[in-house]
Amino acid sequence: MQSFELLRAADPSAAIAAASRSATAQQGASVRFLAGGTTLVDLMKLGVEAPHLLVDINRLPLDGIGRAADGGLRIGATARNSDLAHDPIVKAEYAALSQAILSGASTQLRNAATTAGNLLQRTRCLYFRDTATPCNKREPGSGCSAIDGANRMLAILGTSEHCIASNPSDMAVAMLAYDAMVHIQGPQGERQVAIADFFLLPGDTPDRENVLQPGDLVTHVTLPPPEVGARAAYLKLRDRVSYEFALVSAAVSVTMAEGRMASVRFALGGVGTRPWRVPAAEASLIGQPPGEAAFRQAADLALAGARPQSQNGFKIELARRCLVHALNQVTR
Amino acid sequence: MSDPTSNPFSAVEPNSDLLSVVLRINGASHALQIDPRATLLDCLRDTLQLTGTKKGCDHGQCGACTVHINGRRRNACLALAAVHEGDEILTIEGVGTPDRLHPLQAAFVARDAYQCGYCTSGQIMSALALLQEPCGPGDDEVREYMSGNLCRCGAYANIVAAIQDVRGQS
Ligand SMILES: Cc1cc2nc3c(=O)[nH]c(=O)nc-3n(C[C@H](O)[C@H](O)[C@H](O)COP(=O)(O)OP(=O)(O)OC[C@H]3O[C@@H](n4cnc5c(N)ncnc54)[C@H](O)[C@@H]3O)c2cc1C
Ligand code: FES
Ligand code: FES
Repeated sequence: MQSFELLRAADPSAAIAAASRSATAQQGASVRFLAGGTTLVDLMKLGVEAPHLLVDINRLPLDGIGRAADGGLRIGATARNSDLAHDPIVKAEYAALSQAILSGASTQLRNAATTAGNLLQRTRCLYFRDTATPCNKREPGSGCSAIDGANRMLAILGTSEHCIASNPSDMAVAMLAYDAMVHIQGPQGERQVAIADFFLLPGDTPDRENVLQPGDLVTHVTLPPPEVGARAAYLKLRDRVSYEFALVSAAVSVTMAEGRMASVRFALGGVGTRPWRVPAAEASLIGQPPGEAAFRQAADLALAGARPQSQNGFKIELARRCLVHALNQVTR
Repeated sequence: MSDPTSNPFSAVEPNSDLLSVVLRINGASHALQIDPRATLLDCLRDTLQLTGTKKGCDHGQCGACTVHINGRRRNACLALAAVHEGDEILTIEGVGTPDRLHPLQAAFVARDAYQCGYCTSGQIMSALALLQEPCGPGDDEVREYMSGNLCRCGAYANIVAAIQDVRGQS
């Protein structure tokens, strides 16, 4: 691991001032915030991340979880994934979020992992993690080893000829379905970004993964008030039953009125270069009675434009079935 | 780069790469001089000779390094030691002794819940935490809560049985 200086910021503005000295907040950043460390320390050991300065944000007062003024939920950036998943409001009113978090990693890791760290975790693509191989995300212009390599786990949606790395977060998929808002404090002040706009498609700059600029500190995430009567679930399909990343996953939430679907939200994980949501696919179910044919059609819309690689073509049908099954589960 | 007046991490002496930290481990304070890069795992094993905590993968993937930090289980291999100054750290050395085993340790012995024993301290630290966590009563729930601890010898069935023995007693 490259050596670095360790700073514990006294308050958020000190953390922001320190981080704003980095030329980028994306791959190659020379200053990084340290939260749970379960992504960052791992990647520093591998030489994939090599910051000169680590700013410990664990003792900043950013770990609260509570009701927002509008009746929604306010989730602090350093709230631990375990605390969020077991929070009584989250379990009762945002069930897909609780289930998504508990389906990820292990208890030990969730005790360390934080809200912002989870959102900003990096792809598990083998080549991104292996500095001996070309990877456009890690080293722009070096090439993509995955396109002709081991790509079974990687994305089928939102890919480019430069990168097919999948976003591995379960939490972010549920947050996308719930229309989360990411709150950022930066050198120029505060702003909020809808989670649907927070993550960038790889295009020809796969090293740029989100909208964060140097010094930007995620302070909290908010969820809008829960939909009354919604039934929600997170379904994750993987190679083993626990402690494994998703092949495909679906976060779904549906409300019913007089036997018909009144509001439908869903997002897919494991298939996209970012958490994947297709509003037209959700809209196709509004006003319809629940049923296999309608679900199947929505799934086709959600998977429209999927581009399989040599080893992950199975994900298209698996994702369809995952979504149909999850929708069945919450409308039965 | 950083403002020294606000940074509680203090170098051993000016221009030294080492930091002076005091870690609280198993109820005792240890004043140490450590590299900022030192993980809690390496610090326990190499600096403090507390070798009960094991290194399996060093990447958060196996659970052999499980310790408790402020009462919660964590992977020591992904924790930087200096960041945990002031936190209460519990390792397997703080859980029972050879003549006074913790009930979990006794249950692992009684159930033969290991083969080579390399994963065992991590398993026990996880199981100890599980006793306080909202884990359902069934074996499947225990398996889920223990999934962050791999056992290459495959002693899983006996590990679950040992944990269930202790939960049944309490
Ligand atoms: C073995 C293993 C299995 C896993 N399995 C899963 C799984 O199945 N599903 C899943 O979803 N995840 C899984 N994970 C990933 C895990 O969820 C993430 O590592 C974790 O959520 C990251 O959070 P952290 O607080 O530890 O982040 P850190 O490692 O501390 O930080 C990650 C990144 O976010 C930045 N950052 C942190 N906080 C802020 C902030 N407030 N503002 C701006 N930037 C910030 C850091 O600078 C860093 O670049 C797994 C991890 C491991 C090691
Ligand atoms: S050594 Fe820490 S999880 Fe494997
Ligand atoms: S007893 Fe050998 S690894 Fe578990």
